[in-house]
Amino acid sequence: MSDNHHHEENFFQKYIWSVDHKIIGIQYGITSLLFLLFGFSLMAVMRYQLAYPEAVIPYIGEWFFSESGGVMLPENYNTLGAMHGTIMIFLGVVPLAVGAFGNYLVPLQVGAPDMAFPKLNAASYWSYFVGGVVMMASFFTPEGAARSGWTSYPPLSIFESGQTMWLLGMVFLITSSLLGSMNIIVTIVQLRAPGLTWFRLPFFVWSQLVTSFLLILAFPPLEAAAVLQLMDRIAGTSFFLPSGLVYAGSAVEAYGNGSPLLWQHLFWFLAHPEVYVLILPAIGIVGEVLANNTRKPLWGYKSLVYAISFLGFMSFIVWAHHMFLTGMGQTMSAFFQLTTMIISIPSVVVLTAFFISLWGGSIRFNTPMLFALAFLPMFGIGGLTGLPLGVAASDIFLHDTYYVIGHFHYVVAPGTLFALFAGIYYWFPKITGRQLHEGMGKLHFYPSFLAMNGVFMPMFIQGLAGLSRRMYDGGQQYAHASDVLHWNEFMTISAFILGLAQIPFIVNIFITLSSKKSKDRNPWKATTIEWSAPSPPLPHVNFESAVEVHHGPYEYSVPGKDEDFCPQTTP
Amino acid sequence: MSSIPYILEERPDTGLNNAKLGIWIFLASEVMLFGGLFSAYVFLRFAAPEGDFDYWGSKLSVPMATFNTMVLITSSVTMVMSWASLKLQQFDKYKMYLGITILCAAAFLFVKYFEYTGKFHHGIYPSSSTFMGIYFTLTGLHVLHIIGGMVVLIFFWTKQADKMWAENQDLLANRIEIIGLYWHFVDLVWIFLFPILYLL
Amino acid sequence: MSSDSEHSIEHHIQTYIRVFIALGILTIITVAVSYLEVSFIEAFFLAITIATIKGSLVLGFFMHLISERAAIIWILVATAVAFFILMFIPLISLTDGTEIY
Repeated sequence: MSDNHHHEENFFQKYIWSVDHKIIGIQYGITSLLFLLFGFSLMAVMRYQLAYPEAVIPYIGEWFFSESGGVMLPENYNTLGAMHGTIMIFLGVVPLAVGAFGNYLVPLQVGAPDMAFPKLNAASYWSYFVGGVVMMASFFTPEGAARSGWTSYPPLSIFESGQTMWLLGMVFLITSSLLGSMNIIVTIVQLRAPGLTWFRLPFFVWSQLVTSFLLILAFPPLEAAAVLQLMDRIAGTSFFLPSGLVYAGSAVEAYGNGSPLLWQHLFWFLAHPEVYVLILPAIGIVGEVLANNTRKPLWGYKSLVYAISFLGFMSFIVWAHHMFLTGMGQTMSAFFQLTTMIISIPSVVVLTAFFISLWGGSIRFNTPMLFALAFLPMFGIGGLTGLPLGVAASDIFLHDTYYVIGHFHYVVAPGTLFALFAGIYYWFPKITGRQLHEGMGKLHFYPSFLAMNGVFMPMFIQGLAGLSRRMYDGGQQYAHASDVLHWNEFMTISAFILGLAQIPFIVNIFITLSSKKSKDRNPWKATTIEWSAPSPPLPHVNFESAVEVHHGPYEYSVPGKDEDFCPQTTP
Repeated sequence: MSSIPYILEERPDTGLNNAKLGIWIFLASEVMLFGGLFSAYVFLRFAAPEGDFDYWGSKLSVPMATFNTMVLITSSVTMVMSWASLKLQQFDKYKMYLGITILCAAAFLFVKYFEYTGKFHHGIYPSSSTFMGIYFTLTGLHVLHIIGGMVVLIFFWTKQADKMWAENQDLLANRIEIIGLYWHFVDLVWIFLFPILYLL
Repeated sequence: MSSDSEHSIEHHIQTYIRVFIALGILTIITVAVSYLEVSFIEAFFLAITIATIKGSLVLGFFMHLISERAAIIWILVATAVAFFILMFIPLISLTDGTEIY
């Protein structure tokens, strides 16, 4: 790469059309954080509507819901719900966890100069970008954005407006994920530095490897399903339309003989592994942060690796626990209940190993560690509340209630998102050469932690009381809801506090970026390979000299050593 | 980026170069893409009323599809021969075999075009029945794969290949091996599409 | 495979020709058996078996899977497992369930 040092790259070559994995990782990071913020705002509007149904939405209502005088109509609520889910999952968390963290860190942690296929990497980002633009553009089309939920269940999704753009956007997003994960797998398998054997890989790299395999094997069936649904909408086929369907008072003119259940199978074949795509990188990040801040090796490193590999495999045979209410027979039901119970075992292994990792450590309570510590009970609550949903008997009662919403948000929002925040705080010094301000970090953490629980904990109460999800007024017309509806206001206020709590984070980033760079390339005194590179790592080559690995990933507090950590690259 | 290792030489412990592993992972995802559609086909066929798929399936032209199968098999063997020719340092033969492969792809598309227009001519569209829907979707996606592969093949048949051959013979051989793997996969998909759509 | 010598390539070429002929013959056979008066299940198994043989030939010889590295074999095994799960579980649940559509 010596010729790169000779001619200066201009701004566009350097930051926009770059093929450097670090720049692409940052592009992914910024884009996905913006999408997260946008997805959050959609949720804030929804929460306002739930707390004060039929009220005029202040400030923005007159702009967006002008036809109804600022009041949110049911179809607006549906649009917000569908797009909130889609944006948070496909445009926010996955690109942040796999696109940004995977891209930036995997080559560094395996001691590689770049991803295996740099141009493909850029293509992956731009495909994601186009997918995001298509999704955003759908808000401005005459039809509006999709309103059939992020699950897009037919037959309704075949008739509802806005869905075509959603499907097109999804095809781009899926392509982006496939290219990205292919790249990550090849990078991990092929570009490991000399001496970096499989069981010397940092746990984060393992989590990215398993995640990438899930994406490679689970995403294409959804692409196939999206093509089929697109055909249903555009070419008039009836893959998902049963015979004799009546929509809006008139018989549907289609050949029929299709099956809405087919969509559910294809969709959940992706979407259950997708849950693990959301959580595995988070687990990986937490593992790194815990080991570093307890100053002791990650407890049960090998069992963690086996656990997440098993988790990855099992995630392919649990999907129909989302479908207990579809008239599935008892044999299948029993099978999926069994697999669902089995898949909770490796999750518990992971959580247990993390908790034992804390035992006897001299813990440093810095911001990344706080977020990582908060992840543990939050993920625990999210996981344990999932068990009743995996058993058909209790799922029949809880299905499609707020309990479900509480459950998966505990996994993804205070779970995955906190881990991602931990990752941002932890690796920010590597990415920029500047450490985020600790005080502001804590000002970010504590209110976020309280507000997150304020938003999601009451959902369990509401759900157990039988309150259905997806209702634009929160279920006012139901008598059984009247006892728990008052929680809506509390949750809405918590949501707005949660929004406010992100301000220190944003301010922190900008203040830190304008501060002076530190010379210290390893402020956390960490062992993994990325910390032996300069901060930020050199463009296109990362490391000053060839990396050679001599140690395992977490050699902290090795007896008899002068320092309490032993970097992997130390001879 | 020239500093990335194992672009051409094999990594000792895995015995692979990057592109080889990459294309196989890509093909794995392709298996699942077509797998989703095959799964849909089987699911819908079982759910459909007795005889529905048979009736609509009988409207397809078996001779045309048999011809196309032969064409694709031929293109596959010429593809692998063009790679072998590169290995034997016979650049002219490489060009000839690759040219035949491209011609076969074109012939396949030509026949497919007549099949499609023939159906449209008789008023048969994807919306005509579930079978026709899945037929057009599966073959349409397959045709897109053929077109995509053809674009790459043509690229490696132009002057670019001569340039590459002069500069780095191993690189060209590697690239041809990779696109070859993709091309054989497209052939493989057709081998399964042919019986389930036309013969059953 | 840069280690391939010219001699082994020439040997390969003979194999390719043989595989090509086998594929052609199998294509004719599969079309021929489709005219047999057999039940759907029998026809299905005949057609799929022949297609699988043809597919294995392409995979094994044209795509060199027969001499491929362990890493790739394992990736394909995982893919095959996922593929069969995707093929059969929706189908089983279709026949297992109470018919509601």
